[in-house]
Amino acid sequence: MNVRTAAGRAQPLVDGIEKVTGRARFTGDLETGNCLIGRILRSPVSHGRILRIDTAAAAALDGVVAIVTGADCALTFGVIPIAMNEYPMARDKVRYRGEPLAAVAAVDAATAEAALELIELEIEALPAVYTATEARAPDAEQLHEGKPGNLEREVHHEFGDVKAGFAQADLIHEQVFECAEVNHAQMEPHAALAEYDPERDRLTLHSVSQVPFYVHLTLARCLEMDSARIRVVKPFVGGGFGARTETLNFEIIAALLARAAGGKVMMRLSREENFLTHRGRPDTRVRMKIGLSKSGQITAVSCEAVMAGGAYAGYGLVTILYAGALLQGIYRVGAVKFDGYRVYTNTPPCGAMRGHGTVDVRHAFECVLDRMARDLGLDPFAVRRANLLEAPMFTDNGLMINSYGLGECLDKVEAASDWQARKGRMPLGRGLGMACSHYVSGAAKPVHWTGEPHAVVSMKLDFDGSVTVLTGASDIGQGSSTIVAIAAAEILSIHMDRIRVVSNDSVITPKDNGSYSSRVTFMVGNAAIEAARALREKLINAAAAKLEVAPEDITCEGESFFVEGSTQSALSFHEVAIAALAREGTITVKGTFTTPQKAQGGKHRGGAVGSTMGFSYAAQVVEVAVDAETGQIHVEKVWAALDCGFAINPLAVEGQIEGSVWMGLGQALSEETRYVEGLPAHANFLDYRFPTIVESPDIYVQIVETIDPLGPFGAKEAGEGALSGFPPALVNAVGDAIGLDANFLPLTPDRVLAALIKYQKAARKKEAVT
Amino acid sequence: MKRIITLKINGAPVEDAIDDNVLLIDYLRGARHLTGTKQGCDGGECGACTVLVDGRARLSCITLAASCEGREVETIEGQATNGRLSALQRAFHQSLGAQCGFCTPGMIMAADALLRRNPTPDDTQIKAALGGNLCRCTGYVKIIRSVRAAAGMGREAAP
Repeated sequence: MNVRTAAGRAQPLVDGIEKVTGRARFTGDLETGNCLIGRILRSPVSHGRILRIDTAAAAALDGVVAIVTGADCALTFGVIPIAMNEYPMARDKVRYRGEPLAAVAAVDAATAEAALELIELEIEALPAVYTATEARAPDAEQLHEGKPGNLEREVHHEFGDVKAGFAQADLIHEQVFECAEVNHAQMEPHAALAEYDPERDRLTLHSVSQVPFYVHLTLARCLEMDSARIRVVKPFVGGGFGARTETLNFEIIAALLARAAGGKVMMRLSREENFLTHRGRPDTRVRMKIGLSKSGQITAVSCEAVMAGGAYAGYGLVTILYAGALLQGIYRVGAVKFDGYRVYTNTPPCGAMRGHGTVDVRHAFECVLDRMARDLGLDPFAVRRANLLEAPMFTDNGLMINSYGLGECLDKVEAASDWQARKGRMPLGRGLGMACSHYVSGAAKPVHWTGEPHAVVSMKLDFDGSVTVLTGASDIGQGSSTIVAIAAAEILSIHMDRIRVVSNDSVITPKDNGSYSSRVTFMVGNAAIEAARALREKLINAAAAKLEVAPEDITCEGESFFVEGSTQSALSFHEVAIAALAREGTITVKGTFTTPQKAQGGKHRGGAVGSTMGFSYAAQVVEVAVDAETGQIHVEKVWAALDCGFAINPLAVEGQIEGSVWMGLGQALSEETRYVEGLPAHANFLDYRFPTIVESPDIYVQIVETIDPLGPFGAKEAGEGALSGFPPALVNAVGDAIGLDANFLPLTPDRVLAALIKYQKAARKKEAVT
Repeated sequence: MKRIITLKINGAPVEDAIDDNVLLIDYLRGARHLTGTKQGCDGGECGACTVLVDGRARLSCITLAASCEGREVETIEGQATNGRLSALQRAFHQSLGAQCGFCTPGMIMAADALLRRNPTPDDTQIKAALGGNLCRCTGYVKIIRSVRAAAGMGREAAP
């Protein structure tokens, strides 16, 4: 049993055939003939007092079945129990352009859209603030009561003696980085299908959620329904990247409409509405100060992050806490000070996005570290190696680290890119840069704390000899259903095709907290292993009884059970299943996973955020060609290595690393949201530019395995850790290519050119003086 | 205004009464229940709705159904033969060219149009042919690999 038969082998996705044949049904594909169509009326102003919403004319339109407004739901929703300050549709005040005000369900889309035109609005415009600086100005209009300076939350953490740390340093750099707001831009637009049965007072919602459980709770809250009367189903989901890790307003609105109509309502949002729903990574200004000794040891870090978070709280507190917490856990950093400010602005609310909270701070850190290495005459690899951690350990802010493969990641990308031979020897306009990054394998403490296990997986074995795995884990394309199938196949020594995975239907599958913070492989994977072990024990006992030997004498391999040395009398899996069923009928078992107390972070306020059972680690090298005439940057090649503990499905791990590196590339080169007086100027795929296949480079991926002691088969996360290393590696490569140290994201040609002109002027001035 | 339209969809002759202004994507998804063709944007920006019209890749979200009179339309549902995957479908499945799967139908149809006119494309030609098909999951690395595999040029040849 030491040889793994399923875990560690490249597997296509268990639901891949549906995807390549078009049989995969996404929420928007579930519309049937008797379905009403829902549409949302959105605020035309960024900030204002709602004086009147008159729906009479719209209601009178032939074919309109239901209309709801803010008056129909007086209950707020949000992520943090103490900071729910958003209504599904605005009441009293609107706080961003595009905020839902009312919604219509009608017999068809044209009628619903015509009805929206007939709704009369009277809104008294208020002054609006669009940037963190405007919002924090002393005379700024306040978005929310009791939030002076529009400060949603500030956090201040200090670990160790920062002053003494900087006093020890031989070199100190302090620089400011401006990182633009970005959006997930998952390919599948938001959609929800809500069905309400007034006879039974029951609601069924199919939605695109990464967190169906939270949606379920929020529906119960906002519709004031007993949660037992609600069913939430997640069909195929076309990507998430964090866009769907909280309940979204359209999900509640669809449910309100269905209840008002006493029927079924399909709500499909346009791409523009997806950008308005947003929940992306906030515009972040990072001030990063690092102290280094001559030999490259970090003596102290001081970081200030200011995030323009949009109009509502959402994940804001978690985002700003992540930004500070993950300054640690990757290097020895000496003393650390963090000051974070999350600010309300009259723009669509930000939320969680891949690499939640950590990306812009890691960017600043890795850029500053690289520039300091240059000043000290140290190689960028050497300065990182001078600060490697040693597992097992706890960081000063209480983060537990049991496995640590950053050193190996560095070795791999250094060799693969031929760094030592090529760095500094490339022609002008070409350059190499590198950076490191890390990310959590699930938040050790969930947002909604109930005391329950963090993951539950059920398995059923029945007369037909098939194994059904029931999981609430949301497969959004990352391959989580495949991971649980592999875990079951491995432990039970059965073929993958004997297993069916049923996921995400609240009446069938066990509750799961959802697909966020890269928790699924770690937590659900461990729960699946435990469930499979429970089933295996029952099968071994049945086989032992049948073969009249002790259970410990039974070997289980390749779908057969036998006593070592006497394979002639081997029993098939199906024979053993029938024998086991004879004892108790259909067998159902479950496995759970609970995060250990010691993984749940430091005792300081906010210490739970950033805490995890295991960190992934990544290093990458980026090669660029920069055209100094046009400011155009072309990424030639990327070499990335990631320590995922153990690759349960190496094919999916590669896919996750490629995807996250590439998403970092988009943020680094072209992605940004832009608002003109609160009006999105980016709300389509021509103006929100993420890389096409044409400008996407070859990404050479290497997997590092450190076998984490708590991970399922030793595995950790693989889908987020490599993202935040790309932008700094790119900026460092641009510095190598043309000497420009860029302190902004994204590096669009216009920005690069402007910075280059400024840089050249400064260089000439310096030359003239000396 | 309604009109009668005659066309072939995935090889089968079809006659339908349609509105003059109905888009091909809405006709396929609504009237023909072919929901494999996806809409990812508000019109002509993402390629998820790519179908073949007379063998050439077309964005069904900016094509009028009426313009397909007398033509042959192929969608993702027409790729497999008696339930067996086409070489492209098999390659996308086995090489993880599909993660979430939402861009996949359009991506496979665009790749099919390429392979019909150029059975052995190089990477530059693959990139040019798929330049209008956006994917947010894969970074395109395994999409290129899938197309190469389907063309029998990859490390993993299509079975």
